[in-house]
Amino acid sequence: MTYEFLQHYWCFIVSLLGALLVFLLFVQGANSMIFQLGKTPDERRLLINSTGRKWEFTFTTLVTFGGAFFASFPLFYSTSFGGAYWLWMLILFTFVLQAVSYEFQNKLGNFLGPKTFQCFLVLNGILGPLLLGGAVATFFEGSNFIVEKGNMINSPLSTLNSQLDVSPVISHWANASHGLDALLNPWILVFAVAVLFLARTLGILYTMNNIADETIRTRSRYQLAGAAFVFVVLFVVYLVHLLLKDGYAYDDSGLIFMESNKYLNNMLDMWYLTAVMLLGVVLVLWGIISELCSGSQFFTLHSSLFPLPGIWPAGIGTVLTVTPLLLMSAWNHTAYYPSTADLQSSLTLENSCSSYFTLNTMFWVSLLVPFVLAYIVYAWRQIDSKKIDRDEIASDDHAY
Amino acid sequence: MTNLLLSIDAGTVDWSRAQFALTAIYHWLFVPLTLGLAVIMGIAETIYYKKRTDFWKHTAQFWQRLFGVNFAMGVATGIILEFEFGTNWSNYSWFVGDIFGAPLAVEGIVAFFMESTFVAVMFFGWKKVSAGFHLASTWLTGLGATISAWWILVANAWMQYPVGCAFNPDTMRNEMTSFLEVALSPFAVEKFCHTVISSWIIGAVFVVAVSCWYLVRKRHTQLAVQSIRIAAIVGFVAALGAGATGHKSGQTVAQVQPMKLAAMEALYDGGHEIGLKVVEGIEVPYGLSMMATNTLDGYVPGINDLLDGYVKDDGTVEPSVDEKIERGKLAIQALADYRRLREEVKVNSEKFATATDSVEEILNSQLSIINSNMPYFGYGYVKDKADVVPPVWINFWAFRAMVGLGCLFIAFFGLVLVLIFDIPMVSLLVRRLLSAVGLLDERAADRTAPADAMPAWLCWAAVLMVPLAYIASESGWLVAEFGRQPWTIQDMLPTWAAVSDLSAGSVALTFFLFLILFTTMLAVEINILLKQIKKGPEGNS
Repeated sequence: MTYEFLQHYWCFIVSLLGALLVFLLFVQGANSMIFQLGKTPDERRLLINSTGRKWEFTFTTLVTFGGAFFASFPLFYSTSFGGAYWLWMLILFTFVLQAVSYEFQNKLGNFLGPKTFQCFLVLNGILGPLLLGGAVATFFEGSNFIVEKGNMINSPLSTLNSQLDVSPVISHWANASHGLDALLNPWILVFAVAVLFLARTLGILYTMNNIADETIRTRSRYQLAGAAFVFVVLFVVYLVHLLLKDGYAYDDSGLIFMESNKYLNNMLDMWYLTAVMLLGVVLVLWGIISELCSGSQFFTLHSSLFPLPGIWPAGIGTVLTVTPLLLMSAWNHTAYYPSTADLQSSLTLENSCSSYFTLNTMFWVSLLVPFVLAYIVYAWRQIDSKKIDRDEIASDDHAY
Repeated sequence: MTNLLLSIDAGTVDWSRAQFALTAIYHWLFVPLTLGLAVIMGIAETIYYKKRTDFWKHTAQFWQRLFGVNFAMGVATGIILEFEFGTNWSNYSWFVGDIFGAPLAVEGIVAFFMESTFVAVMFFGWKKVSAGFHLASTWLTGLGATISAWWILVANAWMQYPVGCAFNPDTMRNEMTSFLEVALSPFAVEKFCHTVISSWIIGAVFVVAVSCWYLVRKRHTQLAVQSIRIAAIVGFVAALGAGATGHKSGQTVAQVQPMKLAAMEALYDGGHEIGLKVVEGIEVPYGLSMMATNTLDGYVPGINDLLDGYVKDDGTVEPSVDEKIERGKLAIQALADYRRLREEVKVNSEKFATATDSVEEILNSQLSIINSNMPYFGYGYVKDKADVVPPVWINFWAFRAMVGLGCLFIAFFGLVLVLIFDIPMVSLLVRRLLSAVGLLDERAADRTAPADAMPAWLCWAAVLMVPLAYIASESGWLVAEFGRQPWTIQDMLPTWAAVSDLSAGSVALTFFLFLILFTTMLAVEINILLKQIKKGPEGNS
């Protein structure tokens, strides 16, 4: 295997993990709507227990996404997390709140009260997808950082009069906001809000399939139209912007330059990814439409067109859409983490990846992933073999 | 390329260290109970699987309920640590990420998904899956947590003893050369065994304490007695195991982190036939030489010897720190010269086209200086040799707390074992002895109903063991991490060269946010656990 192949392979793995994470943000999406979909404590408990069986998958995927990025592209990990400090800290804080909220919210001894933790779930449900979407958008819009590896040894050692004269930090954010400046970019906000409403759409689709309660289903179908509409509009708007904007390319020597319509060129050059992405979009729309129509005569007459609950085509479609989208940001000589402060500080697959040895070693580890996916699917089917209903909540000792 | 000279606020380094310490200490409040309780609830459910009685099912479910409350906090505090290497230690992440990132990625793929998948089956699958699959899920949850511990401890062990890597001057970072050396380093194996086994002590202490409280209150006595029986065996074996693995770890520390050992012992001037200090003024003759070198007269260097240089037993010379600083500076300067020349050749390739051989010669000469001084590269960032001495009093007292309490747990679990089980001759003898000194009721001395096996004072002592177990556990980490200071990677990268470019104020703010958040959540968790315990095994949410 060549070094170039391994770089692209690991970019694919990280993109796939990112796409799976976006799908699993249905947990956050549903949580963001706890008080909209659940008007009574019992209904809210149903919703929380529905997503509560899956929250750890989102969490674990986020952590694995970070770990895989660290292992395969350590310069990104170092530059982004160390630079966009406040953006990542906000994301992490909301996920910390989510992690304890399920377990604590309804337990005797919770002196903060159930509503506090339910609000934490809503907070994570909104900020999690929003900020993660914003972080991903910086792959296309750029971030304000500078990288200088030579800083490890650039200081004039002969004039040392303090150990901190040698300050070998190789990357720094070029303003004091440390990542929050991303939220001032309107296009980043468009993408971030699109991700939020995608998460809400998927969350609604998931709960419609997972909860045996007609009141919640009806309310969900009503919310689905609005959430899906906002998502589709914003996604299309951003996609058009992306195809028309200049992008960050690099040549064989590693020199980074701006290229007109770079992402459109990527879509045309990598038509196979575009085909997969279009298939993904169709599946997402199919999933949404199938649930919107599920009570209608059209659905009844053409039920063979909709053999699966909407979450499945929409979920698979999300993965098939997001994976190519992320690959478009990095493959085909594209700088996947562009710098708006210093063009040549932009990160590419080649200048930010781990060594051949590490990527090769991790390649063999990644072959375990299909086995991991297999047992996840098996366990998921076992737990979701029956929809959640009020009787199950009442009789389950561990219900949240 | 932009050349930058960044000035890092000294406060940034200290606040970053404080924040990492805070988040790690909090994380370590929850992980050992997860690891330890996983074993006990696994045993309880295995007995249920064999006997299929409601009693064992409820027993397993009770411990799983408490496990769940604690597990959530472990997950919550863990995510911060995973990303904190990047947020607060970005230079570290770049400099050694090629090696350090791999164990973290493997941890996610192999361990976290196993934990997160099967914990959901364990909690919610009682009525949905077969008894066998549920039992497997319970054990796989614990196995996932244990495998997770393996990989993170591999990563931490590598920080203590960096192996399987080489510095690449062209990429300006250390790169992995052997995954097996990293994953199976003796330091990693010993650290894993010691850390996980000591976690089982926490689980066992917790179960014994809760059960003893039930005995004192004369509630759920059957659950209490059976749980004590399981936990006492686990705890006694684990306490012995922790002692053995701790000794082995200590010997490895003596070999590869002599400054840490010197700090642990507050040994300033080393020598041969060094005694092992219990506390100042009380020592076991030859004890430290024996423990560190397996010989009574083995040489153990002190802090001053390590600073000033000394001759080892095998005749090799350990350079002084001043010499290491000079050699580190040589490595840094040679690296700077090497990179400068490479850049010039790259930019002015035509100019150097006719001088290829001499350029190669100069480059090779620089490389030779880099390679011969690379072991001391990190020292090139040190100004004063006193900076390489870890905080002695923390190491000294934390080590004593850990070892002293470890010995106490051996005695405690040993006593509980002989009282809760009817071991021929031994149990009777111990009960008679306790009765003779007034620590056990005369009626209980000869043969006792299981529920009366544990005298009240021992039950309350068991409750007291819980905070002591946590003190011992955290003390171990204080020794491990403070003993390595000021290095993030031993001898390779000091803290001030590893940190992110952040203001001290930003890090201080997140420090206090984490402190408030984690403390509040800890208070909620403790309150929930206490309420769940008070309600007992029939308790619902």
